[in-house]
Amino acid sequence: MTAAGGGRGRRVATRDFALELDRLSGASSLGEDPARLEGRAVLLAVGDMAKAAAALIELDGVARQIVLCPPGAGIDALVALARAAAADALVHDGDAPTPEIGVETRVACRLPLQPLSAPRAARFSTEWILPTSGTSGPPKLVAHTLATLTAAFHPVAGERWATFYDIRRYGGLQILLRALSGAEPLTLSDPNESVDAFLVRLGEAGATHISGTPSHWRKVLMSGEARKIAPQRVRLSGEIADDAVLAGLSALYPQARVEHAYASTEAGVAFVVSDGRAGFPASVVADDGEVALRVVDDVLRVRSNRAALRYVGADAPALKDADGFVDTGDVVARSGERYLFVGRRGGIINVGGAKVHPEEVEAALNAHRAVRASRVFARKSPITGALVAAEVVLRDGAAADEGMKRDILAACRAALPAHKAPSFVTFVAELPITDGGKLVRHG
Amino acid sequence: MTTRLTILAAICEVAAEQRKTLAALSDDLPLMESGLDSLCFAILVARLEDALGTDPFTAAGDGRLPATVGELIAFYDNALV
Repeated sequence: MTAAGGGRGRRVATRDFALELDRLSGASSLGEDPARLEGRAVLLAVGDMAKAAAALIELDGVARQIVLCPPGAGIDALVALARAAAADALVHDGDAPTPEIGVETRVACRLPLQPLSAPRAARFSTEWILPTSGTSGPPKLVAHTLATLTAAFHPVAGERWATFYDIRRYGGLQILLRALSGAEPLTLSDPNESVDAFLVRLGEAGATHISGTPSHWRKVLMSGEARKIAPQRVRLSGEIADDAVLAGLSALYPQARVEHAYASTEAGVAFVVSDGRAGFPASVVADDGEVALRVVDDVLRVRSNRAALRYVGADAPALKDADGFVDTGDVVARSGERYLFVGRRGGIINVGGAKVHPEEVEAALNAHRAVRASRVFARKSPITGALVAAEVVLRDGAAADEGMKRDILAACRAALPAHKAPSFVTFVAELPITDGGKLVRHG
Repeated sequence: MTTRLTILAAICEVAAEQRKTLAALSDDLPLMESGLDSLCFAILVARLEDALGTDPFTAAGDGRLPATVGELIAFYDNALV
């Protein structure tokens, strides 16, 4: 095992491993006979992200399909993924028990790399199969190729990337592929590592470009180690970035360009906004370049060369409409020359027949000077069906008392229509975040 | 605080928050004429559930619901017995 650390060169560094990418041409993480995986639909289910990165690089061109299993997927989830993707081979973690998922061809993935006796034959145009992030409902599988996954960026020298995402999710995979196209090391998080410890490691690695969800970045804003990093680029994606988190990051890292990317596993990266404000300019919708956008019934649709090819599975629905657009399910509202993200189509709270998106209420809460983060959910009501309730994480030094609650609720009533303003607020120390870095939504 | 005082205070609080002009509260005031709308009632019932530990509206099912302020107080009093 090689210790992770700083220095230059093409390397993927997790907390426990440093994978030297240039060695992969003559070495393998998949043992003596990776040819057993040729032309297969391979379920990739390993723990550490350095192993996952090695296996991905080795399998591209060798496997017919690579199914990227999210970290920590239990045996039931793996069986379901294998069935949905019709996988006929498994790459599992060589340092953990082999999951019994009824697939005969099984190959252990181990680091450090072992020398290969014969060079790998890359004969296939491999499909990369990703589960969608599934913020609502069970995850679906979509098929990408290296071409769709890398269409959103051009290699730029000197960008030393890092991400809070797992690389088996779309947001993290984007960063892995960016780093692979460059010449600098990539620093990856560890699920068992605190935000504080990761920030220290990012500082030591000299990361210049760092990506994560707004929930990840709110944790950074609350961390005592936030000044251990000095990024040139702060990138937010995967959730709605509100004005408060963008302003907070710009104030903390005045030298950085703070940008939010609009992307999804299905639609790919659609656009990046770097003017420091929530939402996006209406001109983005009008512009019909590589990416075309449409707003249909207040929901954003995207057509681009970065979109996935299709949903995978026997009864999979169509991914694209007749014109090739992917329905994102993200509700937007136009305000003058700008569109704002309102929320998810499926996440609506119904207050006596009036629709409320938790995200728009959270944006109003987060605008309060004492609020660092918030989560809005429905409270059942025998009168209106539901009411809006909120959990709030306060900024350091803010008093968690009844007066503060009244002040926050009054600010929301001033900013929102009556039915959207929360009626209840609870102070919490932290909010639950999914493995994908997104706020956990109540069922 | 008695149930009556808790309920009357909560009505005044919700009305003030929602900027509603409240009619003079008396036992025979019909709730429909109190100045509170359905959102106010929904908030009131949830606040009272937190304060009193009971929600007789959910428990009542299809039973008879209170029509006046006095009946509302009795509704909670009966639920708390």
